[in-house]
Amino acid sequence: MTFATIILYCFIGLTLLSALYIAFTKNVLYAAFALILTFLGVAGIFMLIGAGFIAISQILVYVGGILVLIVFGVMLTNRLKGQQVTTPSYNKLLGLLVSGGLLFIFYKAIIEANFGAIKWIESAQPESPGLESFGMKLMTDYVLAFEVIGLLLLLALIGAVKIAAGARKEVEDAS
Amino acid sequence: MEVGYYGLLQTVADLLKLLQKEDIVPLSADRKMFKPAPVLIFVAVFAGFAVLPLTSGFTGSGIDAGLFYLLAIVSLDVMGILMAGWGSNSKYALFGSMRAIAQIISYEIPLTLSVLCVVMISQSLNLQEIVYQQGIWIGKIDAEAVNYLFGIKALGIETTNIGGILTWNIFRAPIFLFAWLIFFIASLAECNRAPFDIPEAESELVGGFHVEYSGFRWAMVMLSEYGMMLLVAFLGAILFLGGWNSPLPNIGSVALADWTSGEPGTMVGHLWGAFWLIGKALLTVGVQMWVRWTYPRLRIDQLMNLSWKYLTPAGILLVLLSALWRMLMI
Repeated sequence: MTFATIILYCFIGLTLLSALYIAFTKNVLYAAFALILTFLGVAGIFMLIGAGFIAISQILVYVGGILVLIVFGVMLTNRLKGQQVTTPSYNKLLGLLVSGGLLFIFYKAIIEANFGAIKWIESAQPESPGLESFGMKLMTDYVLAFEVIGLLLLLALIGAVKIAAGARKEVEDAS
Repeated sequence: MEVGYYGLLQTVADLLKLLQKEDIVPLSADRKMFKPAPVLIFVAVFAGFAVLPLTSGFTGSGIDAGLFYLLAIVSLDVMGILMAGWGSNSKYALFGSMRAIAQIISYEIPLTLSVLCVVMISQSLNLQEIVYQQGIWIGKIDAEAVNYLFGIKALGIETTNIGGILTWNIFRAPIFLFAWLIFFIASLAECNRAPFDIPEAESELVGGFHVEYSGFRWAMVMLSEYGMMLLVAFLGAILFLGGWNSPLPNIGSVALADWTSGEPGTMVGHLWGAFWLIGKALLTVGVQMWVRWTYPRLRIDQLMNLSWKYLTPAGILLVLLSALWRMLMI
């Protein structure tokens, strides 16, 4: 077992433990902050299996963007009275059945499939997994999807500014 | 009061004093969030140093997407600030952290846009490669690479072997002077330094998000603030001011650039490279302090106006101009 493998298992452990903590804690804010560890663990796994760019995107998008949004959501919906927001659990039996069934299906599928032997996975070995070829592909083969996503994000941005600007009366008074 | 000659050992003395202090956690604070918050801030800032190319032969982690990594990992400190502010369970701390986060998130946009300009001209996210392009050793990474005066090929003045300040990014593409200005302003806001220090405005908030901290945890918060200043100073030097390259150009037979920088990988190269890069970074930190004691604090609406109405549109315009400038360079 090489050093990198040990680190990989450490990251897997970190991801699983923090995910379990999210599932079992009753405090929503703690769950949101434990999500940092989950995302960082996933980023570490990506990094160690050779997908550095995706790992960094994971940190930038999920930790830097989405998680801040989640935490703000939790904090601002919580009245600042010092009482904690808790999540009670419902439908325990049904939940257990569904998750147990899913686990069984995934386990069965992964064990039976024997991924290493599938033809297209072997032939899909990357020729040059560098950043440059990734960028080239993005701007040539997948340029339509890329542009559409850019347009969508621009629309979201303008929409957010419009909503935020229209909601406040002081802005009108000031101008 | 100072320790050592000219107070040189004062930092060490302060650190020892803070280490010995009692670790006080306020009674009504949320312990689980209060305690790890400074660690998270500290780790997020100092993880950014991992990819900095200190000299031509010595770079921490030479990953391809180093610049991208740096911007991503530094944005983690927002979470730490949020944890500190909320965990303290004090209105001053909470207001401080809210202001800090609003400011950091807003100024991340012009900062990223100004960095994007450099990426477009350099065609690389690797910090070491970006630095190599800005000096006389450009041939080491790409034998056919050529630098022209102001990056305009049509002028026909080749500066590849002249080097010095003429091949720095702010000279390779003169529009970068404005990009560097935006980067500098946004980076001041990123580290909550004056004139953007309303998160810790002492006249209204006592001390901002770290008001409840004391002892070594406080020291960690403070160290990360100064670490962040140094980090953005290094980044600014690497992206715009030539990194470890010498500022002195070769003028005919007076080969100042050759004399003041060594072959990459050799001892001389290491020493000159470290000297220039650290010198530039410390000079930038000096300017940051100078600005701090010169300008008054901005009001929150002025702060947001500056970011969203002036710096962000200017940043977008510069990205567009950089794309055009790149066309002139090839």
